Amino acid sequence: MAKTPVQFTLNDKETAVFVDGGANLLDVLRRVVGDLSPKYGCGQGTCGTCTVLIDGEPRLSCLTLAETVSDQSIETTGGLADGPDLHPLQRVFMEQFAAQCGYCTPGMLMAAKALLARNPNPQREDVIEAISGNICRCTGYEPIIDAILDAAGEMRGRVS
Amino acid sequence: MSSIEFRKDLFADERDDALNEIGKPTIRQDILGHVTGRSPYFDDHLFDGLLHLRCVRSPHHHARIRAINTRAAQSMPGVVRIIMPQDVPNNLNTLLALIGFGKDDEALLQGNKVAYQGEAIVAVVAETELQARNACNAIQVDYDVLPHVLDVEEALLPNAPVVNETYPNNTFDYHELYDHQKLRFGDTQKAFAEADHIVEGQYQMSPIEQAPTETCGAIAAPETNDRYVCYTSTQALFFSLGTTAKLLDMPSSRMHFIGGTVGGGFGGKVDSLHEPLAVLGARLTGRPVKYSYDRAEEMQVGAPRGAERWRIKDGLLSDGRIIARQFTGFFDSGAYTRLSSYAIIKGTGHLPGPYTIPNVSSNVYCVYTNRTPATAMRGFGITGVDFSIECHMDKVAETVGMNPIELRILNAYRDGDMKAHRRTAKNCALIECAQVAAQKANWSIEPQYAAMSSLQGGGAERAQIPQTVIDDVGKIGARKHNAIETDPATNGTISSKPSSTVTPVHATQAMGDSVAPVSNSAPVANVIAATSPAAMNVPAVPATHGQTPPPQTFTQSATSPPAGAPSSQAPRPSPAPPVVSTDAPKPVEPYRPQQPFSRGVKRPGASPFVSGTRRR
Amino acid sequence: MITVESYASINEAASAMGARATYMAGGTLVMRTLNYGEQTFERIVRTNDKTLKQISVHADRITLGAGLTMSDVLNARDLEFLAPVARSIGGPAVRNMATIGGNLFAAHPYGDFGVALLALDGQVQFADGSQEDMERFYATRNTQAALVSSISIARPSGSDFRYAKVSRVKPKGVSVLSMAAWLPIRAGRLAQPRIAFGAMAATPQRARNAEQALDGGALGPTEIQTAVGTLDRDYQPPDDALASSWYRTQVAPVHLRRLLADGGHA
Repeated sequence: MAKTPVQFTLNDKETAVFVDGGANLLDVLRRVVGDLSPKYGCGQGTCGTCTVLIDGEPRLSCLTLAETVSDQSIETTGGLADGPDLHPLQRVFMEQFAAQCGYCTPGMLMAAKALLARNPNPQREDVIEAISGNICRCTGYEPIIDAILDAAGEMRGRVS
Repeated sequence: MSSIEFRKDLFADERDDALNEIGKPTIRQDILGHVTGRSPYFDDHLFDGLLHLRCVRSPHHHARIRAINTRAAQSMPGVVRIIMPQDVPNNLNTLLALIGFGKDDEALLQGNKVAYQGEAIVAVVAETELQARNACNAIQVDYDVLPHVLDVEEALLPNAPVVNETYPNNTFDYHELYDHQKLRFGDTQKAFAEADHIVEGQYQMSPIEQAPTETCGAIAAPETNDRYVCYTSTQALFFSLGTTAKLLDMPSSRMHFIGGTVGGGFGGKVDSLHEPLAVLGARLTGRPVKYSYDRAEEMQVGAPRGAERWRIKDGLLSDGRIIARQFTGFFDSGAYTRLSSYAIIKGTGHLPGPYTIPNVSSNVYCVYTNRTPATAMRGFGITGVDFSIECHMDKVAETVGMNPIELRILNAYRDGDMKAHRRTAKNCALIECAQVAAQKANWSIEPQYAAMSSLQGGGAERAQIPQTVIDDVGKIGARKHNAIETDPATNGTISSKPSSTVTPVHATQAMGDSVAPVSNSAPVANVIAATSPAAMNVPAVPATHGQTPPPQTFTQSATSPPAGAPSSQAPRPSPAPPVVSTDAPKPVEPYRPQQPFSRGVKRPGASPFVSGTRRR
Repeated sequence: MITVESYASINEAASAMGARATYMAGGTLVMRTLNYGEQTFERIVRTNDKTLKQISVHADRITLGAGLTMSDVLNARDLEFLAPVARSIGGPAVRNMATIGGNLFAAHPYGDFGVALLALDGQVQFADGSQEDMERFYATRNTQAALVSSISIARPSGSDFRYAKVSRVKPKGVSVLSMAAWLPIRAGRLAQPRIAFGAMAATPQRARNAEQALDGGALGPTEIQTAVGTLDRDYQPPDDALASSWYRTQVAPVHLRRLLADGGHA
């Protein structure tokens, strides 16, 4: 079976893989690269569980053709922590019960990270809009929204 | 609340009574894995050479399978193995077989007759998921489409298509006697005659999909010690283990099940359909095999909370006291039993809701239809009827012109009251809850209701079990011959005269005690006596055979496999056809594995590295 | 086996199309098909042609490149009137991927962006230079062989253009229905208004009877009442998991009345 070479950076690390024709980025990240943090939820763009950042923007890895990400920068929840130091979003999600089963969490974190990069001082409606493509079936959205707002405050405080 | 009695004898060391948790976040013990994306869900285990399993599914609600042609698929790229129904060693099961409740009625892969849209027929194991999908698309199944039934009450009509041949009356057999679960407490008909108002209502709840974000699935792989490891999303690890052992006729000691990290379940991950096929795939190919639903399958094939229809009839006095309540309930089990039979036992134990009503009767039917089988979901068995009861309470309040909260306080259980399933009410708190709810909602209630308490006014005559009228309407199979009223009013084709009465008894049974407080000579065996699963094992009290169920007849074509169908070549006994009998249905001998859950492997040539020997 | 072919221009991609080939833009439709094994193609044809991202503004019309994503629309100052439409589609991740051109091919109940383009007198322009009215395009889109390069639409002024999407989920979900209205007013009277609904038929479709009822009149309560009363003549909506045909028939006039009376911001 013919495979296509693809090079990209994954969480700032140079990565090179051979992919099957038609393979989606989610499968390649999980099964070829071994980054298991993005999850499969629907394969059709409705759940947001597989959300990753490509060149800083949120995208659905299950709907991204793997060979189109050549030379692009991909970020996943697997790369969010700095060694043992958690990202503020991760820490606030932890402290505020913003996850129950945890399956949607990696996608939520990526959607939130993209929002805060673009808008460090979001209003509640901005947060709701930013995670509107991510489905959580357990916790309910309120603790997640609160956690993202608190993380934004914490990150602003750290910068200033 | 001072009225709550904690079982300190059992849980003395487990927690402090000075609870102060509500409204505050708690740090979960598994949260670090969640926020770092490292929690190990079933699919987060990498195997070299992982194969993918997909199923060919029925496009029809109901159809006999005439032939399955896999020739084209066999030679397609990447196809490693096609699993036929006859490849499943013991291809018939019911989920609650593990606790001895109900008959085996569902095949893992269905080779004879599909009974719902999406039922699995053949499985394909291939190198990639896309190759497995393409091969599934290339398998041709020749169907003889049959009439289907999608409504619970239509399914009870004498001429309705037979959905599930293990239960040819389209109803689960309760206690080997009736086609429904009965509850009789007092004399509802007499009380209706004495009531000032009769209020009737019908309520219905559609199926609800649990829709976990992680779809159901499992990965199985051969280990080096002649065992199979299975990572699974199951919510019921030992259920899945036992079910796999039974379906594959393989000792559970040869299986190493790992679960516990579940991406949302809500009841939808107890059906144990993925683990057996994944392990079978691994066994047949010698390689790791993943079998999971995609989102479309999760929604269409994944078992939902079943639909329910309830009719409630209340008799009440003009002061708002409810003196009689009659239920007729229909659970849509879909094509197979799964857990609906149990949900009804549980739901019947819950009747008539949290209210002290001296006359209660109920008939609840577990009905087979050509819809997706139903299973567990958050309070299943209770949710639908609670919704119905509380809607009905509002209707009752409106009818008598009463404040709906006062109506609830007036009729609520109080400590010491006798419940319809013959247990004494304890730790009651509905009155207090209703008072707080009224206060929080600025809903005014009269001082006399604000002063009422669960601790006062209960017991005494409210603790009595009343004279109870019983009947034996609705014997298994009777409905096939005559349309019989489904409600408990006993005015069907059989005499409406009470067949016996029982004397009042003070019920003092503890939980788990399953003695029905009625005479053994009376045919009231399936009056519900307990709600715990353990109690469901208790054999029914023998009935006085005043009424033998009418002969049951089935056309031969309804049970015989089609010519050329795979089951005729099955290496093991094919699914037992329904018992054709002119007598009461005989209990089916429960399945016993050939090597029941033995440790280690005694086959010649088997690896010595088995769990049993390693432990020594 | 699936192969992927990337071309420098839309014209090269167009000439590479043919048997067992599909064109992929943002991927939200094509990859879904592939993920579910429902593909009828073996070749995926794509291009990074920058001309597909162009926006050209003229006096009374605007041309939108087919490759513009929903996010591109949200970020374009000249397309402010289309921002509510783009925002109603998916979450941010979907909007970073889904294109205008792809939206024209989205099956019921999707494709809300096309509803707005249809109301704005959209003309679909193909890579070979030909052009087709959107109504005709929708009628033949499933057999369409040519590649869409851009869509030309009327450039509304003021509050001429209105759009609303009705779904069961907050803040957003799939359409029970979506609707767009272009209501140009000349000398105080509506002049050839256009109204289109999504999810009310197999493809987005104009409400011709309602348009006629409004044409030449004022946008007053009586006219609106007459117009919304005609919807059952134009639509026999489908049943799906989101809403029954009956439900859509019942609520469509209510929503259209709100859209016409107060801009639809319910």
